[in-house]
Formats: sequence, C-alpha cells, structure tokens
Amino acid sequence: MIWNTFLLALRAIRRNLLRSFLTILGVVIGVASVITMVTLGDGATRAVSDQIASLGNNLLTLRPGQRLGMGFIGAPAFKVSDAEAIAEQIPGVRAVAPIASRSTTVVAGANNWTTSITGATVSYFDVGNWKLTEGRFFNESEERAGKSVCLLGQTVKRELFGAQSPVGEEIRVKQFACEVIGVLAAKGQSAMGADQDDTIVMPLRAVQRRLIGNTDVRAIMVSVKDTESMEKVKRQIEQLMRERRRLADNEDNNFTIFDTRQIADTLTGTIRVMTTLLGAVAAVSLLVGGIGIMNIMLVSVTERTREIGIRLAIGALERDVLLQFLIEAVVLSAFGGLVGILVALGAAMGLAKLMQVPFLFNPGINLLAFLFAGAIGVIFGFVPARRAARLNPIDALRHE
Amino acid sequence: MSEALLRLQGVTKIYGRGSAAFQALRGVDLSIAAGEFVAVMGPSGSGKSTVMNILGCLDVPTDGHYWFEDLAVERLTRDQRALLRRNQLGFVFQGFNLLPRTTAQENVELPLLYRREPAARRHGLAREALAAVGLAGWEHHTPAELSGGQQQRVAIARAIVTRPRVLLADEPTGNLDSQTSHEIMELITGLNRDKGITVVMVTHEPDIAAWAQRVVHFRDGRVEREERQ
Repeated sequence: MIWNTFLLALRAIRRNLLRSFLTILGVVIGVASVITMVTLGDGATRAVSDQIASLGNNLLTLRPGQRLGMGFIGAPAFKVSDAEAIAEQIPGVRAVAPIASRSTTVVAGANNWTTSITGATVSYFDVGNWKLTEGRFFNESEERAGKSVCLLGQTVKRELFGAQSPVGEEIRVKQFACEVIGVLAAKGQSAMGADQDDTIVMPLRAVQRRLIGNTDVRAIMVSVKDTESMEKVKRQIEQLMRERRRLADNEDNNFTIFDTRQIADTLTGTIRVMTTLLGAVAAVSLLVGGIGIMNIMLVSVTERTREIGIRLAIGALERDVLLQFLIEAVVLSAFGGLVGILVALGAAMGLAKLMQVPFLFNPGINLLAFLFAGAIGVIFGFVPARRAARLNPIDALRHE
Repeated sequence: MSEALLRLQGVTKIYGRGSAAFQALRGVDLSIAAGEFVAVMGPSGSGKSTVMNILGCLDVPTDGHYWFEDLAVERLTRDQRALLRRNQLGFVFQGFNLLPRTTAQENVELPLLYRREPAARRHGLAREALAAVGLAGWEHHTPAELSGGQQQRVAIARAIVTRPRVLLADEPTGNLDSQTSHEIMELITGLNRDKGITVVMVTHEPDIAAWAQRVVHFRDGRVEREERQ
C-alpha cells in the first residue's frame, strides 16, 4: 500500500513538473545552504588546525615582552643560555630551538627579494616541523661555527631562482655571501595569514654575528613530549624564566609563553560559532521552503477535491487519503533534500577551492539536512493532508 | 421483512441549522430485498438524491434507522461506513467520476488497491471486469480517449470489480444519448439478473425507470407511491 501510494505521489508530482520544481526550490536552497555552510566551516577548521600543526606539534613559544608583537621597552631579550637551561632543567621537553631573525634584502644574480632571515639551531627543523624538497639541513658543526650556509623557503626560492635548483648557488645577504644548501618544503599560510614560506634559515650564530650584531634571541620555541603535560611544562618554564630574569614576586612577567594549541582552539572555536550562525540562518530558509510546500499542497488538495471524493466514495479510509497527501509532501521535500545535497556538493567543492580550504564531505550533516527536509514534508504536509482526508465525500464529489 | 437487505425506517434528513435549515427527508420507510432492481424517481428536491446518499453510506440520517442487513448504519463511524462502501457497495454516477489522466485499467483497480489486493490479482480482476462490460482491449485508454458510454462502462466495471452486493446508480444515463443509455441499462439489468447484484437507481426518466422491477416515487421528502412492474 505504501509503495502504491509512493508511486501515486510520484505520478502526481510528474504531472505538474514545473510546479513541483518550484515547490521544492525552497527546500533545495535551504538544504544546499545548510550543508554548504557546515562543509565550508569544517574545511576552514581543518585548514586552521593543519596550519597550526605545520608550526610543530605541542609547541610553546617564548617571547620577551607581554603582548603579541609588542615587546615593550626594557624587556630584556632571551639568550641562548635560557634555551639551554630549559632543555636541561625542565622534564617533558623534547627539543628547544632559540631563534633570532631580521628582515633584509637578499640578492641572487639579477634578482633581489626582501625576506625574513631566521637564525636557528639544528633543532629548529624538528621543532618547527620543516621538511626538505632538496639539499640538506645544516649540521651541528656548521651551527657551532656560524657558517654562512642557508636554506630557502619556497617563496624565496621562486622569487630568486624561479624553476631552477638553487642548491650550491650563492646569494648575497647584505655584505656577505651565503651558500644555499637546501630548500624547505612549502607550509603555506600561517593561521594569522602570513606566508610561512617567505623565509631563509641560517645558523643562529651566523645571523647574530653578521646580521644583527648581538647575541640576543628573539624567541625560544619549545616542543613538549606529550599533549597532556603541556600545561605543567608551561608553568615550569614560566617559573624558571622568572628566576633567571630575577623577577620579584610582585612583578609581572616580562615575557610571554604562547601555546599553539590554545591559539588553534581559539580560532577553531570562532569558526565553529560562525558556522553555526550561518547554518542557523540557512535553516530558516529551509523552514520557508516548508511553507512553500504547504501552500502548494493546499492548492493541490483544492484542485483534486473531486478525486478525493471519488476515492472516499469507493472505500478509501481517512487515513488512506491522509497518507496519500502526506507521502506526496514528503516525497516532494525529500526530493528537494536530495537535489539540495547535490547542489551543496558542487557549491561546497567550488567554494572550498576558491577559499583555499580543504573540501571535507561530512556525511552527518548531509544525512541530518536530508532528514530535516523529510520532517519538513511531514510537518507542513500534515495540515493539507488532513484537510483532504476530512472532506465530506458528497461535497467533494459535487465539487467542480 | 426479514429478507430485506437494505431497510430505512422513519428516516429524516435536515441540512443546515436554524432558519437556514432544510428538511430533505421527512420520514422515509423503504425496504429493498436482496436481488431486487429498484428505481427511485421524483422531481428535483424530492429527496431522491439524499436517500441515495444515505443508502450509499455516504451520508447519515438526522433521525431514524438504516439497517444494512442487521447492521445499524447510523451508528457506524466514518471509517466503518467507508469499509462498508469498500466491501459491499458499488457506485455509478451521472458524471462517471473517473480519475482523469488515469487509464481504464487503473481506474478499475482503484477499489482493489484500497482492499490491499496484491498487484497480480488486481490486474486480473480489473481485466475481467472490463471484459464483462465489453471493454476488452480498451484497458490502457484514459477517460479523455473514451466516449461517454465507454466511460460509464469503465465506471460500472469499477463498481463491480469488488463483487459488491449492492450497486447504487445515480442518474447513470443522465449524460448519455438514448442509444447509449439503452446499452448501459442492458448492462445494468444483466448484472442484476445474472450476478444477483441488488441495484438501486435514481433517475427522472420514466423509460429508464421502466427497466426496474419496482419504482419508488418520491415527493417532498416522502415516498409518494410504489409500483411493481
């Protein structure tokens, strides 16, 4: 019986193809926008967590001063000895990488490019999660000697050498020459939107001695063994630094410890709120689509009053007629849901490409939106269907 | 009157309320035996359509009793009356009342669908019924592709496909020319004679009523007189 009613509904829908299409359009748009919003939100969240992961896992970053990018005057810089102290005295620390950096113009042949030069130790490649596309990292003896060797980020390599391999070539950094020994694999944009590949990495001592002219360390990156001990390690480092910097108990920290995971959590949290908000707005259009279905079903019941009269006269029960119109409404809205899913698939793929976030198919939201569309059919189809089922057969048969 | 299949006793019907109330039936007693062919006649407004609706379980009396065998129809719920229509009654209307854009075969299968008959049995019974009304070979035509007489034949096939005990015909020839009317009446009479289906027919044409065994004349909501032929 249900199957026959289903076929009947399909036939009624086919009979008025254009009208049926316009009827489901609201549901199509609603479902498509809900799914697209959530899918893009998922993609953006993934993109952010990937970028954070590209910075390195379980990473703490120490900077002098108190606010992001605003080291205040009088806050003493870190030294390499601070990094060594952390590595030696704090349990649970996997690796420590002190870095110094300076922005400057580099020249290779006829090309020049202004970029940030990072002075680092060997552990920087591990802590910062860097990979190579060609060449090699510098080794510890090169680091100790402060040898003038450098690794190029993808952006710098492209700007200075184009498609050519730069390994073995020399670049000029200010007044000294530097041999290119490797090229770093691309990392893409950072969570803050900066190009992480616009960089050159050299031994820390070379940068300190030849470029900056002091032994200050701009930041210390600390990689922690496991995620659970992050908080503990962070507290211990804070204590250690306060001691080393001889801060009295009533003094504030004159340094800051960033936790990449915290930043990631904050960012993904923000994205999640945005996604939910946009999804909710889209869900309203789904509701509007439901009202469209109710409207058309009411018209349909009026148009088919005589048909309903015939069905009742030859022995259809109230629930037979109710079911017929309810199934018609549900088939309409479910079909709208299906089309909406297809539209969302295309839209989300296209927009994900445009926004440079990964496309992540989320079966949960697809199923949920589809079921919601079906439920809309039941809810908004019920009133017209009940009206049909309650018709008086005599009046219905006389209806012209 | 124990052999009566349909029995009305003191049936009244009032439409509307208060000053707008209209009394369509004013105490009707009528008894129809199984296997009878009864014609109901009367001028418009005499109550003959109302009595048909009540006999057809499409409407309930305001007062009085209607027994279908020993079943008190006025006490049945809407769905119980629908089941009675489904299982015991067949309807033929003046305007044919076929579903448009639906083939003859599907129209005839409709009552079987509501009886939850399996598809194969539905197809077989519907073909049989169409053959019985002389429409073999027309199964896949829609009402728009059929003449008035053919449409009424489809309607009769739909009415008898469930093998009902009572066939209720409301002006079955009202929209047909006299030649076609004759054919339809032969068909209905044949069903009454050969299959023993009880037929109740409303008409205002004396020569159509003449096919029946008994004619009941209505006037002003009452049975005026009856004649046997």
